[in-house]
Amino acid sequence: MMDNKMICTDVFENVVENGTAVGFAFLGRLPYYRGLGLSMIEDIAVSVDGEKIARDDIRFSVRGKTYTLDEMETVYDNRWNFGEKARIIALKAGGLAPGNHKIEFAVRMRVSYLPFVPTTKDTKELALAA
Amino acid sequence: MANRIKRGVSLYSFQNETFQGKMTLEDCIRTCAEMNANGIEVIGEQSFWGLPEYAVDPAEIENWHALIKKYNCVPVSHDYMLDYKRYKGREMPLDEQIASVKKDIDFGVALGVKYLRSLVSIAPEVLVGAAPYAEEKGIMLLTEVHAPLHFDHPWIIRLAEAFQKSGSKALGFLPDMGMFLHAYPPVWRAKFERLGVPKHIADYIVKAYEDRILSEYVILNVQQMGGVGPAIAMAEVMRHNAAFEPKRMLGYMPMIHNIHGKFYQMDADYVEPSIPYEEIVRVLQQGGYDGYICSEYEGNRWIEDAEEPDSVEQVRRQQVMLARLIGEPTPHALAA
Repeated sequence: MMDNKMICTDVFENVVENGTAVGFAFLGRLPYYRGLGLSMIEDIAVSVDGEKIARDDIRFSVRGKTYTLDEMETVYDNRWNFGEKARIIALKAGGLAPGNHKIEFAVRMRVSYLPFVPTTKDTKELALAA
Repeated sequence: MANRIKRGVSLYSFQNETFQGKMTLEDCIRTCAEMNANGIEVIGEQSFWGLPEYAVDPAEIENWHALIKKYNCVPVSHDYMLDYKRYKGREMPLDEQIASVKKDIDFGVALGVKYLRSLVSIAPEVLVGAAPYAEEKGIMLLTEVHAPLHFDHPWIIRLAEAFQKSGSKALGFLPDMGMFLHAYPPVWRAKFERLGVPKHIADYIVKAYEDRILSEYVILNVQQMGGVGPAIAMAEVMRHNAAFEPKRMLGYMPMIHNIHGKFYQMDADYVEPSIPYEEIVRVLQQGGYDGYICSEYEGNRWIEDAEEPDSVEQVRRQQVMLARLIGEPTPHALAA
């Protein structure tokens, strides 16, 4: 559900700190008909051009608050709302070169009433401006 | 006519549009009002941001009431979720689950609804524990009887017994019409065919469903026909869906207070090809039901890979069908 709407195309950029690109970022939505508390986001996986970003190198940011995936597991006072565009940051020294990149984005979530743990993914080609 | 069934819409139906910001809450409520489907059901976590982890902006609640008034609608139900698996590796303790339901009861009161939808997996002791508070607040907690569960299933019977034993008038049921799936939905078949299921296997599964063959036999036969991956998946959905009988609702009528008018596809001739609405409405009328049937469009997820769902048109068609079956004159606004 909502698979093909997970990766938003409005933001795709390098993350620059002190003049150095330390990674890249895009906006992602939860593939679900409602929101979910952050403790129930079991995993977020990002690949760029086939290269998987390590779990420890992913950051999730909503409404000005940024978390590692391990931190999110015990966050009980914030959520990824329905349709909300979260900023997904992948740390990668040097960032990405300008041009097109294939982004794969997968979310695994713990849904209390489901007898399985769904993983939903989207793949899109995004263009990084020079 | 006395005891006329009322028409409503669950805003779940418009999820594809609201997710993408193509419809606002006002667009949704206005759309329902234009169809004279003035009962509005929401999933709180879908229509309002924050709940339950942080507070919903009071301005959003004010906006809700302003819209309900502006379009002359009626708040029917807040469908709460209760994430009892909130903590990794351990289930939420009973007292905390009850406290969580009470928070949702408060939210329901804030929205002005009479009913809260409880997911079918929520344990009877949680509901019985929250019932006195619901009664005090004038709210009923309705467990959604949803496929693969049904009214003869031991879990539902256990719930019904617990509700009756509690003596509380605040506990009841909300059947989802998807449990009366009399034919394999064409939009499901089409999706599986797009995933690569060969036509002869899809034909077999649809026919096997029509013939009421046990799902386990169908899965084995599909394997022996050489079916893999999506072909097995196409057969496996039969484990979770079946053609249960609408008349089973008759044994529960005093406990049924809201209905999910689930549908996967409404054709241009106003027919849902997989769910027997004529029979369903006949049974509900026979049972004296006078609550709402709230449209719940769930075809969106089956077609979104191939086309942009037109949820408004799908809901409109279902409302035309419901108005006719209920015995209302077709409202002008519903005409195509």
